[in-house]
Amino acid sequence: MAEAVIRVAGLGKSYATAAGLFPALRGVDLTIKTGEYIAIMGPSGSGKSTFMNLLGCLDTPTVGDYFLTGENVAHMEKDALAKLRNRTLGFVFQGFNLLPRMSLQDNVALPLVYAGADKETRRAAARVMLDKVGLGQYAESLPSRISGGQQQRVAIARALVNKPRLILADEPTGNLDSHTSEEIMRLFGELNAEGITIVLVTHEPDIAAHAKRQVRFLDGELVSDQVTDSLPFNGMGIGAVETHPPPGLPLEGGGVPPC
Amino acid sequence: MLKAMFGEAWLAMGANRLRSALTMLGMVIGVAAVVIMLAIGQGAQYAVQQSISTMGSNLFILLSGSFTTAGVRSGSSGAPTLNVSDAEAISELEGIANVAPTHQGTRQLVYGAQNWSAMVVGTTPPYLDARAWTIASGAAFADSDVRSATRVALIGKTVAENLFGDDDPLGKTMRIQQNPFTVVGVLGAKGQSFDGRDQDDTVIIPLSTAQRKVFGTPFLGSVRMIMVQAESGEAMPQTEKSVVALLRQRHRLREGMPNDFFLRNLSAVAESEAETTRTMSILLGAIASISLIVGGIGIMNIMLVSVTERTREIGIRMAIGARQKDILTQFLLEAVVLSFAGCLLGLLIGLGVALGINFFTGMVIVISGSAGLIAFAVAAAVGIFFGWYPARKAAQLDPIEALRYQ
Repeated sequence: MAEAVIRVAGLGKSYATAAGLFPALRGVDLTIKTGEYIAIMGPSGSGKSTFMNLLGCLDTPTVGDYFLTGENVAHMEKDALAKLRNRTLGFVFQGFNLLPRMSLQDNVALPLVYAGADKETRRAAARVMLDKVGLGQYAESLPSRISGGQQQRVAIARALVNKPRLILADEPTGNLDSHTSEEIMRLFGELNAEGITIVLVTHEPDIAAHAKRQVRFLDGELVSDQVTDSLPFNGMGIGAVETHPPPGLPLEGGGVPPC
Repeated sequence: MLKAMFGEAWLAMGANRLRSALTMLGMVIGVAAVVIMLAIGQGAQYAVQQSISTMGSNLFILLSGSFTTAGVRSGSSGAPTLNVSDAEAISELEGIANVAPTHQGTRQLVYGAQNWSAMVVGTTPPYLDARAWTIASGAAFADSDVRSATRVALIGKTVAENLFGDDDPLGKTMRIQQNPFTVVGVLGAKGQSFDGRDQDDTVIIPLSTAQRKVFGTPFLGSVRMIMVQAESGEAMPQTEKSVVALLRQRHRLREGMPNDFFLRNLSAVAESEAETTRTMSILLGAIASISLIVGGIGIMNIMLVSVTERTREIGIRMAIGARQKDILTQFLLEAVVLSFAGCLLGLLIGLGVALGINFFTGMVIVISGSAGLIAFAVAAAVGIFFGWYPARKAAQLDPIEALRYQ
């Protein structure tokens, strides 16, 4: 647990708008260690998406440093960032983002194509990952033939296929019903138990509660950071969530709406 | 990696079959047009070259001059200004391959109950070489026949067919102007000349015999025409100059006096004909190339639409590790696959149409491997050229924007 997968220091990002420079993110410091399960919360416009894009190497910061597995990636070239996205990170999106024309197996194998793996390696690795998320029997199907929850499982399999150091999940349950959401969150829990670092962005407190640590953004700044290190709702369904207020909330003084 | 991308390009084409087919249609038409035009153009050039080679190459003729009597001008060959010794002198010059004094005219031929009118050429043996005549059967007459004015004749294929029918003309006797001539050889077939005359409708006899027995001549030894063949095309202008200078000297023409003979360059006519067909085929090729470019623009158009449509897909690919280069390659490959498939189809259709033209109209068609190769290279170039801009546009998308695109 000692090694830091992610360490950001004084990270800031400004966008040029018609009204001048708009600071979306201001001086964020955060360290995420190997094996952590962390939820990033905050209302829309709080800067959490900007932060996520920076963590995901999709964007570069205006100021500050970002150390990913000890390497400062804040000012890397585009191709080097693409390689990091391919080898070190795994993405899970709200909209699943599977390629509609490809079989599930080919979808899962896609990161390996960009990693330069040969066909047999790709096929074998994709099979292993599909089996891991319990969808091995649909390997040759197209994404449109399976449910949303299943698609998200495939997306998770794709994120895992290149054996990344951490998974970045951006509102992974945003398009799913509560029951399917629980299934996906259970899968994340299992992956974390295997030692995979997970960073989860959500604005739903009950989803955030699955993580062992919650950080909260407001107006581009990190305003709270709380470690709970427990899984109080594991497998208990949505009813249980309402009886346990999310751990991060009381610190905010009730001024922030949950979304 | 490239193989996987190739498969994806194929998949992307298959996903939108009608659109891919319509996009390809531009290339199909362009390539087919190029192939057909090249086949026709090269066919025409081939036909012209064939007729040039039957006429004989690097030829010019000297015609004796004209005279004027009581205001009536005789036209060329009216005055007996050229003679056999002029021909002999010319053959001594440098750069001359063959010289043949010639006297020709149309005469009635009689064999048994048949008769036929044909061009009768009185000349010397070098004429056969100069005009590229071959002997199909029998043998040509020799210089000794010219010296002793023997009555022998070489006949063309048309004459043989019309006068002798199924008989073998060799050794038979036919009459020209009441004079009996023995057929010693049949000439190889040549076909039509440039002016549409049947070159095989010809009888060749020794010059001396022709002048004494057939045409008659006011002054013995004078000839109406001398055919001269230069050794090479490049030497032609120099050869012409030296021949003119020699004749002016021999005819004692002073500075400022006009030539008393005419010089006509036969090859020039043929070459201008060849030049015309070459220009025509270049023109046809150029027009066809325009349709190829239009086809390429069609590909670019569809690729741009495709990039916009698949913005999200590009974002996803970038998020999971595709470099700009990978995206560029993918879209470029799609464009090239489209243009190659179109090219292949166009090649087949073009070949089919060219063969059809040949079959139904009998037009000479030349299908060269290089034309196909050029078409392929052009298709690849068009694919890359017109695919480049859309592919670069795709590769330069911002991953965040692309992921957010609906």
